Amino acid sequence: MHASLSGRASESRGERAVPGIRFRDPQIEMAHGAGGSASRRLVEGLFAPMLFGPRSEPLSDAARVTIDGTRLALTTDAFVVTPLTFPGGSIGELAVNGTVNDLAVSGARAEAMVVTFVLEAGLPTSVLQAEIQAMADASRRAGVRIAGGDTKVVEHGKADGMYITTTGVGSFLPGVEIDPKSVRPGDKILLSGWIGDHGVTILLARGDLALESDIRSDTRSVFPLVEAATLAAAPGIRWMRDPTRGGVATALNELARDCGLGVVVSEDLIPVRDAVRGACELLGLDPLHIANEGQFLAVVAPEFADAAVRALRKVPGGEGSRIIGDVREQPAGSVLVANSYGGSRIVDMLVGDPLPRIC
Amino acid sequence: MKYLDEFRNPQLIAKAVDEICGLADPRRQYRLMEVCGGHTHAIYRFGLKDLLPPNIELIHGPGCPVCVLPMGRIDDGLAIAAQPDVIFAAFGDMMRVPGTHGSPLEHKARGMDVRVIYSPSDAIKLAQSNPGKHVMFFAIGFETTAPSTALTLLRARAEGLHNFSVFCNHVTIIPAIRAILDSPDMRIDGFIGPGHVSTVIGCRPYEWVARNEGKPIVVSGFEPLDLLQSIAMILSQLQKGESKVENQYKRVVPWEGNGAALRWMADVFQLRPYFEWRGLGFISQSALRIRESFAEWDAEQRFHVPGVSVTDPKAAQCGEVLKGVLKPSQCKLFGRECTPDNPVGSLMVSSEGSCAAYYNYELRKNPKESSLCTLA
Repeated sequence: MHASLSGRASESRGERAVPGIRFRDPQIEMAHGAGGSASRRLVEGLFAPMLFGPRSEPLSDAARVTIDGTRLALTTDAFVVTPLTFPGGSIGELAVNGTVNDLAVSGARAEAMVVTFVLEAGLPTSVLQAEIQAMADASRRAGVRIAGGDTKVVEHGKADGMYITTTGVGSFLPGVEIDPKSVRPGDKILLSGWIGDHGVTILLARGDLALESDIRSDTRSVFPLVEAATLAAAPGIRWMRDPTRGGVATALNELARDCGLGVVVSEDLIPVRDAVRGACELLGLDPLHIANEGQFLAVVAPEFADAAVRALRKVPGGEGSRIIGDVREQPAGSVLVANSYGGSRIVDMLVGDPLPRIC
Repeated sequence: MKYLDEFRNPQLIAKAVDEICGLADPRRQYRLMEVCGGHTHAIYRFGLKDLLPPNIELIHGPGCPVCVLPMGRIDDGLAIAAQPDVIFAAFGDMMRVPGTHGSPLEHKARGMDVRVIYSPSDAIKLAQSNPGKHVMFFAIGFETTAPSTALTLLRARAEGLHNFSVFCNHVTIIPAIRAILDSPDMRIDGFIGPGHVSTVIGCRPYEWVARNEGKPIVVSGFEPLDLLQSIAMILSQLQKGESKVENQYKRVVPWEGNGAALRWMADVFQLRPYFEWRGLGFISQSALRIRESFAEWDAEQRFHVPGVSVTDPKAAQCGEVLKGVLKPSQCKLFGRECTPDNPVGSLMVSSEGSCAAYYNYELRKNPKESSLCTLA
């Protein structure tokens, strides 16, 4: 999550009180990194007021910077996944696709990337080499150049094998203006495909659950999908987000809060594979809170919605695209999920990590 | 998806709602308590309140094991885990429950070795793979999870596993229902009986509720159709002026319960003379302790336990909510000082807790203009 740096930096330093600091938690917990409401509180309450100044724009997936009159998208993302490899992908592939996707949903094509490795002493070279290869392959597929990098090594036991950070710069696609404030009642919510595959894959790959399934991570670059949608419907695309940590529910809640409107989706229209649904039912988790690494959500003006869906479905991997709901006046600032039999529920952001319900 | 979609079928659900509307007398109010936290969660998760006529009120009962655990027990468990080389192992449900100085997750952030496990046998594995450490399993739950804890203790003894113990907080459901019925401010017309607990204890232990208290009780499954059918069965009894125990969840719950599970529990546990329940106070013979013959694996006997009793924050009205006297939103702290992000009371922690369920699924929803059936 990044705030735009277009606002003027605050001049206050040192002990002088920085206006806007609202973060009061006494220590950092795992929840602050889980992508849900605690993460948002930390970023909005501490990072944004201290680093971005009082007049920063709503938080989005990439910052907009202007250099010599050229607008660029800039983003960075750190990857700390355990295990390092899992069905359908690995940390190296995630690190490339994650940054490409943050740029894509900001309406930008990834142009170049730099990478930082934090390696744990004792890591087999073969493991590192496999991840470098995964990054090379993923960057080739995504059409982004890896232009430089840095390596640090920490003592054995200080990192889970390796952490990877990627920082990417992108050029904006013409005609795309992403701004939650432009969202209007009646706009359609578009989803690119099946949800929950990545999060459930990781949960199962950790091996604690003694559940087996052929589910695979959905990690991929969503840029071809975003590009197709924008070519077909650019003036009607008001907002995009890749629903990673915290899942679709958290992304839609951020939308609802940033635009001040209600987001109403139909549960039956949201595609969830049986393996994901089954694992979630068993563990008391909601697929809407499970992470994805190869999907994106968009708000599209109603007159452009069909064109966007048609264009997406023609792209390989976009066949599952569909409209899952719309934006309404109410419930303002919240996400309402309606089911096929007449019931409905409010779905909030994820709180902390998804913890299974057993007892 | 098989075994799920059948129970969420819109046509069948519409039929069940019609049946409920036909059975509900528009001139009277119905107050039905779902005892089990799993039911509370399902009712909100599936939006079932939207389907019911407005004169049927669902009261959330005490059957959420995390919610009824007093803070002192969490503090005691964490005090044991603060000793050197102790690993605190518990289900995910426990991880965010606040103790006086923070939840297990907050203690983990400060360096305590806290592990989320998915079954008690994971705790055994943890002990086997950490021979230099002591693994304490913080056991919670009603009769649903007590048999698996019992089996784990039987296994620990059989394998001579010496670096493992259980901090036992298992409670029993019947005394909780009795406490609710004995509460003077309580007026309930019927009970949706617990589903998972009944797979172990069966339906017979509820007979006194029907016979002596004159309240219908229907043991129910957890899918929308299960719950709606159970509500219809209760209304049908009320209409006929009957009160009996019925089993809606026959596909899972045997009338006589699970004999083997009950025997394991009897081998390993005995009733405590009394136990403190959050919100309900001390209830006699309402909880299980580990028998003398398993003393080596009983954390309470093996370690020094401070045994402090901690009163809940004064403004928190967990007890009233737990007994169904107040709705979650009527508590003074609800949604302000107490949120799922920053829970004061444990009802806000577990997704089975009525406050968390209400906050997550109901709060901010527009009041429905009308429910599906109109009352004459």
